[in-house]
Amino acid sequence: MEHTAAHEEHSGGGVKEIVKVTIILSVLTAVELVLGFWMMGMPLESNLRLAVKGAIVILMMAKAFYIVGYFMHLKHEIKNLIMTIVVPLCLFLWFIIAFLYDGNSFRNLRNTYDPHFKEQSTIKVEKKEAGKETKHEEKKPEEKKAVE
Amino acid sequence: MSTTTTVTPTKMWSGGKSPFNVEYGKLMMWYFLMSDAFTFGAFLISYGTIRFSTNGWPNPNEVFKSFPFAPEGVNAPLVFVSIMTFILIISSVTMVLAVHAGHNMDKKKVVKNLIWTIIGGIAFLSCQAWEWNHLHSEGAWWGSNPFLNHDGTASSTNFTNYFFTITGFHGFHVFSGVIINIIMLIMTLMDKFEKRGHYLMIEKAGLYWHFVDLVWVFVFTCFYLI
Repeated sequence: MEHTAAHEEHSGGGVKEIVKVTIILSVLTAVELVLGFWMMGMPLESNLRLAVKGAIVILMMAKAFYIVGYFMHLKHEIKNLIMTIVVPLCLFLWFIIAFLYDGNSFRNLRNTYDPHFKEQSTIKVEKKEAGKETKHEEKKPEEKKAVE
Repeated sequence: MSTTTTVTPTKMWSGGKSPFNVEYGKLMMWYFLMSDAFTFGAFLISYGTIRFSTNGWPNPNEVFKSFPFAPEGVNAPLVFVSIMTFILIISSVTMVLAVHAGHNMDKKKVVKNLIWTIIGGIAFLSCQAWEWNHLHSEGAWWGSNPFLNHDGTASSTNFTNYFFTITGFHGFHVFSGVIINIIMLIMTLMDKFEKRGHYLMIEKAGLYWHFVDLVWVFVFTCFYLI
């Protein structure tokens, strides 16, 4: 009885499918990277940059689907199991929209009513040299020795 | 129906067929992973909220541009992290192959693929250790951010705080995944599953390992690409 149940679970799959999904995941990652490199040269607040970011998020969701569906085998499970996992995760839809909207609204409010916050985002500062900082850290033990 | 009176109390789960058609442990692994997904989701959404409420943000292509053994000041954005991503994807593939071999009761293949998965996990952790160490040497850590925003304005420490917290939490998951896989390898070598008659335990470890890969897909996108 238990044995037959264990065998029923493993319908679908096979090495062929694993190879197929591996290729799909690699291609999706490669496309993501190409988009990432392409995005580097774009101006900061352009619509095109935003569109590329959207495309990367869609590719990310596709990768997640293939990992969960095929590698984690969820697509081959029965509907009850799929629903008990996927339905609660739909909370994320509200979660993401509500919190990002909230963050955006907070920034707009601060830019409108907090002059200091607004001013801070216009003052350019010079980049601290990484090398100098590490040198400072290196000096510290020597100074301690000198004090001793 | 009325004639069958059972005297011995039956367990809830052995009352015929499971409603989910999987064994108890696997279902509970799914529920655990779901709760873990909410933990990571909360981290990443909180990161997104803070980023949306800030005017400027550091450019990931400037922050993550270095490569091990490359000369100082090398400009190779996305290269190192894409290697890390592929390492994790490939180790996920070897894990599926191990689970698949377990279905066929092929002990030799299970051992071989588990070893590859463990090697992949350790390689990923080494990469992350190098990256953390490099960023630390540049002055980045919790509470200290040496990088500037895209537009040259001062950046807050939120960037480094979120980066180290979330990649650290993910790295901890990879670490525990490697430990679980090593335990699975030892159990396989001791013929534990051979005696049980099934390799279902490998499947549960596999679910956890794929979840770690899944989380990296999101972390990689949120921190390095976007």
